Amino acid sequence: MPMKIENGPFWKRVEENLHNDFMRGAVAGMQDRGYVRRLGVIEELGHWEEWRSLAEQIRKHTLENLDFYLMQLSENVAKRGGHVFFAQTAEEANDYIRRVALEKQAKKIVKSKSMVTEEINLNPVLEAIGCQVVETDLGEYILQIDDHDPPSHIVGPALHKNKEQIRDVFQRKLGYTKSSDPVELARHAREMLRRDYLTADIGITGCNFAIAESGSITLVTNEGNADLVTALPKTQITVMGMERIVPTFEEMEVLVSMLTRSAVGQKLTSYITVLTGPRDEGDVDGPEEFHLVIVDNGRSSILGTEFQPVLQCIRCAACVNVCPVYRHIGGHSYGSIYSGPIGAVLSPLLGGYDDYKELPYASSLCAACTEACPVKIPLHELLIKHRQIIVEREGKAPAAEKLAMKAFRLGTASPSLYRFGTKLAPSAFAPFAEDGRITKGPGPLKAWTESREFPAPSKERFRDWFQTRQKGGNPS
Amino acid sequence: MTRGAIHNRDAFLEHIAHRLGRAPRLSGVSRPQWSNQPQWKVLAGYSQDDLLAVLREQCKLIHTDYIETTNAGLAGVLKQQVTAYGGGPVIVPDDPRFAEYGLSALLRDEWPAEQTTVHIWNPALGRQNIDAAEQANVGIAFSDITLAESGTVVLFSRNEQGRAIHFLPKTYIAIVPKSTVVPRMTQAAAVIHEQIEKGGLVPSCINFITGPSNSADIEMNLVVGVHGPMKAAYIVVTDR
Repeated sequence: MPMKIENGPFWKRVEENLHNDFMRGAVAGMQDRGYVRRLGVIEELGHWEEWRSLAEQIRKHTLENLDFYLMQLSENVAKRGGHVFFAQTAEEANDYIRRVALEKQAKKIVKSKSMVTEEINLNPVLEAIGCQVVETDLGEYILQIDDHDPPSHIVGPALHKNKEQIRDVFQRKLGYTKSSDPVELARHAREMLRRDYLTADIGITGCNFAIAESGSITLVTNEGNADLVTALPKTQITVMGMERIVPTFEEMEVLVSMLTRSAVGQKLTSYITVLTGPRDEGDVDGPEEFHLVIVDNGRSSILGTEFQPVLQCIRCAACVNVCPVYRHIGGHSYGSIYSGPIGAVLSPLLGGYDDYKELPYASSLCAACTEACPVKIPLHELLIKHRQIIVEREGKAPAAEKLAMKAFRLGTASPSLYRFGTKLAPSAFAPFAEDGRITKGPGPLKAWTESREFPAPSKERFRDWFQTRQKGGNPS
Repeated sequence: MTRGAIHNRDAFLEHIAHRLGRAPRLSGVSRPQWSNQPQWKVLAGYSQDDLLAVLREQCKLIHTDYIETTNAGLAGVLKQQVTAYGGGPVIVPDDPRFAEYGLSALLRDEWPAEQTTVHIWNPALGRQNIDAAEQANVGIAFSDITLAESGTVVLFSRNEQGRAIHFLPKTYIAIVPKSTVVPRMTQAAAVIHEQIEKGGLVPSCINFITGPSNSADIEMNLVVGVHGPMKAAYIVVTDR
């Protein structure tokens, strides 16, 4: 799956998704429960602003010295017997991985979740040389067997599907005969994938954080799939975006602590694994051969520009989970594997304005994303910078901007007005929650008043915005 | 160890330096003193007993059975927990701590006499170890470092302790000596970093394991037990 996931004009995608009631309910439920969970673990941790400030310092320092840390990382990987390939483009990365697969005469490849391999569209390259490529993250597995349905969320890629749809796909593609109970579905996937782990020739992973001082890579999962992908096949290939690196174990620890809290509201996920090189001499499991592919693919063009802070991103999706626009239009509307506020900033940078010029306008500029970001990326400010560039480039503001700005002016004139406005009833917090599963209920008043984050706006307000937009026509 | 190959590095790094608007910086950078270090404030000043109380509470959140025992009671408790998880086959690393903690008789005599298969990881047996792990109902290992805040056991791979022990069996039991409990991941990372500074080599695999495998990918419903173990227990040995 390439970074670009859907054709058709942006506004058409939005309109289609606004009618997808299951998806909208699922997204709203995810945002509401996620919001309470995330604030809970942040509150328990304490000193969150100090943590954010530390994480920002770490990310900024690493980016400012990226050549040094990549040098150190590659030296340490090579010392441990691993191979390192620096790929300027997606094609170079794919070519190298294809060569390794051919050399190993690989038939079956198991993968753990990796955004960057989606971005470079690796799977078709391997399938073209006859490899069976199996995604092992449960969400990605579901999407893959459903004829490559695109992901709609960075962390929960199958969020838009309900369990009945998943059961139907399993019946159609896997000969599944049981119910739509998530436990039964997951057990079936477990059995199917066990065989794949044990018979695969190559395991491919992404990389949450590379550690320069030791040449290690860190993988963060709840399922344990990355561990089986790296423990059993004879060859391991890890693909990393070039910015996904920290100086030492100590910085890795800080960022992992923030990633797991920001992404899923957990203190740590079930499995955090630090792998260094291939297996040690005398080990029985772990790969005999290890390849690290470090991918630029447009990232260096962001360095040294006003957009450099976007490279601080640790892919937690906290910004997605608080975004009122994402809440209503869902991940598929963005037309990119990177959705939500981070997607609206990153996709035009990696994929160009021609495909993604609408995304910087898919925001109310309410700044909830910026407030939620654990590494302090000024997301809404970067969206404004994008708009400025688009305006300069096209000589005028697209019609979408004027309308969006007008519709949101009242609601977002000031944060305090927004927060304490009359529309902020508890019902506005969960317009689509399916039942009473918001664990802290309608009165997390402490969290509300302590946090500077914005609640999601009401359904009506967004409808107003969208209808205003429709009346005015649109440029695409 | 044969050194690995590095491809295309020079041009790649030069381009980064160019984009950053300066000459390539390939050596001589050191970490700054970070102005905030909130990670050290978490559970600061907690006694070993306080930390154990934190660990106990956290286990409730991570779907992990928590049992305390003394060294004298360990063999009995371990046997009971394996029975509770449905019995063998059992797989364990070849770890001298099993003998030091008085578990040799259980592993080598008692369980085999009751037809409970025990596989002790043996590098000489190669692939057979992985087959045994795949067939095992229970994997058992000693925690090297234990993180109270998150309820995490830290395990360093070695020839005698393969990675598959922690992932392929249906259930998992970690034996946690009380002395291994530290506040959080900060302390574990600091220990590992210190070893690297002294020129030590990190093991090829370090696992931070927090309870059983799980997923929320289907309608956000938590399913415990996806690819790895479906149940997990920590047995804390309070006098070690």
